[in-house]
Amino acid sequence: MNPQRFPFTRETSLFVLAYLYVPVVVLIAYSFNANRTATVWTHASLDWYGRILVNPSIQSAAWNSLVIAVSAATAATVLALLAALATRRAFLGCGASEAILNMPLILPEIAVAVATLLLFVSLGVKLGLGAMVAAHTAFCIPFAYLPIRARLDGISGTYEEAAHDLYANRFRTFRRVTMPLLWPGVMAGFTLAFVTSLDDFLTSFFLAGPGLTTLPVYIFSAIRAGITPEINAISAVMLVVSVLLVSLSFFLGRLRR
Amino acid sequence: MTQASSPPAVSIRNVAKSFGKGIYAFRVLDDVSLDIGRREFFTLLGPSGCGKTTLLRLIAGFETADSGAISIEGEDVTARPPFHRPVNTVFQSYALFPHLTVEQNVAFALEEQGMARDAIRKRVGEALEMMRMGSFAKRKPAELSGGQQQRVALARALAPRPRVLLLDEPLSALDLKLRKEMQIELKMLQEEAGITFLFVTHDQEEALTLSDRVAVMQSGRILQMGPPREIYETPTHRFVADFIGDINLLDGEALPGGGVRLEGGTVLSAPHNASGKVTVAIRPERARLAPAGEGALEATVVHSAYLGTAMLHKLDLPGGGTFLLRQSDPTEAAPEAGSRVGLALPAEALRVLDR
Repeated sequence: MNPQRFPFTRETSLFVLAYLYVPVVVLIAYSFNANRTATVWTHASLDWYGRILVNPSIQSAAWNSLVIAVSAATAATVLALLAALATRRAFLGCGASEAILNMPLILPEIAVAVATLLLFVSLGVKLGLGAMVAAHTAFCIPFAYLPIRARLDGISGTYEEAAHDLYANRFRTFRRVTMPLLWPGVMAGFTLAFVTSLDDFLTSFFLAGPGLTTLPVYIFSAIRAGITPEINAISAVMLVVSVLLVSLSFFLGRLRR
Repeated sequence: MTQASSPPAVSIRNVAKSFGKGIYAFRVLDDVSLDIGRREFFTLLGPSGCGKTTLLRLIAGFETADSGAISIEGEDVTARPPFHRPVNTVFQSYALFPHLTVEQNVAFALEEQGMARDAIRKRVGEALEMMRMGSFAKRKPAELSGGQQQRVALARALAPRPRVLLLDEPLSALDLKLRKEMQIELKMLQEEAGITFLFVTHDQEEALTLSDRVAVMQSGRILQMGPPREIYETPTHRFVADFIGDINLLDGEALPGGGVRLEGGTVLSAPHNASGKVTVAIRPERARLAPAGEGALEATVVHSAYLGTAMLHKLDLPGGGTFLLRQSDPTEAAPEAGSRVGLALPAEALRVLDR
């Protein structure tokens, strides 16, 4: 063992890992439980996964979640890309612009959700899919912005100078050099925004309107009727999808070229 | 139109450039003018921060001059963006596009110029062949060594056949051996391609070896401009003399009617028309050893180094300061360390420079 290490490093690490992941492991384990009562183990089964596949309300909630996440992540990524390009060179108020862009990371979501609801109601905006996409886009922007910005900072300005030198005007340079080099960052930003939207509960709950649910909202309402293994199964699916997408996002962000 | 009356490849008139604003403004180029002839290998030489790279970037169009004019083969390009200037650049970092193959990198400019596909393929092949990189056409830049990337950067910049090739310290990232090879190759390439080269370097040896003419820069000005031999043998500034090669600089006072009284009191006979405080400069290989008591100066031998082709003696002057002397025949008897010798300083080898 490395003599420079602090004592109990291994023990502390194991404790923290357990602290973080035991609930998740329990959730996933019980999603394979055959017993109707979620907390009593009988034997392993895939029944609940089969049931969520054929449950129409889960299907529609999943579809809504997907539509909102794709739309919001796309809009947020486009806006974040423009913002990253605009804040590339320092200007007066550049820092302030970045702070404002990243504000949704810090603001309490409940306050923003209530504020958005009040605004939409007072403007007479119909609650539902459109309103949810608009609100999701807003809080997804920083999640798309950060990876794009990090990627952009890593691209030397010399490549663009070289493209200009080789007779490509500003538009051609963007299309042939900047964008291809930026692409992994854009994909990483999109993926992160997508997961953020997919997992959102508060904003969706406030703006859903009558008869519209997303997966997190469905889980919340179902759980009030009691924890069922079905909930475990949906949660496990969402968890795996999110982990895969976030891993993909990190991988894309670290992609060299 | 005859060669003599055709406009120079590059003409720079009274160009000035500052970075920063207000009290933070820093003048990088101060009223620089120069003409570069067609097919000339012209080098901007100076220490870092002297403005040489800024001048190259102004010619490429990456920076805009605060005042003055730049023209290329008689056409004023001062206000044109880089993509409308008939010059190409080899960058210090090469700046090869990492997402494109070698061949796509070289074809980039030709595609932007709207050349036909067959013509592009032919031209790319020729350019890669000229740099002996034909077998690497399908590779990505990251799969190439530094020297190979350098060749691709050259092929990419030469493929569109620019009027002027700008080279921004292109050899500085290579190790010494590769660097020497590339120097020879660059020189041959320039003669073969028949293109004007504007080369930027801080390496004086490189500048002397490669160039038809050199401009020595310091603090945003050109101090001296001329063929390497002229810069080396007849420097007009103390800075130029000191920056290029080894030299002995002896401070003194100009005497009216010729001659310089050194700080030790010795009077050297050196032709000049200066006055006041001056520096007498002499190259180590132009001074000669003489028996003690003879010659213009007395000195003590501190150390002698055998260089194979010559002996280099380090001497102490009685008034303080050291003197380097290069004895070109190493088989000649060398004085022992600690012995006193005389220094013969031929008048024609002395340069009297203002201080």
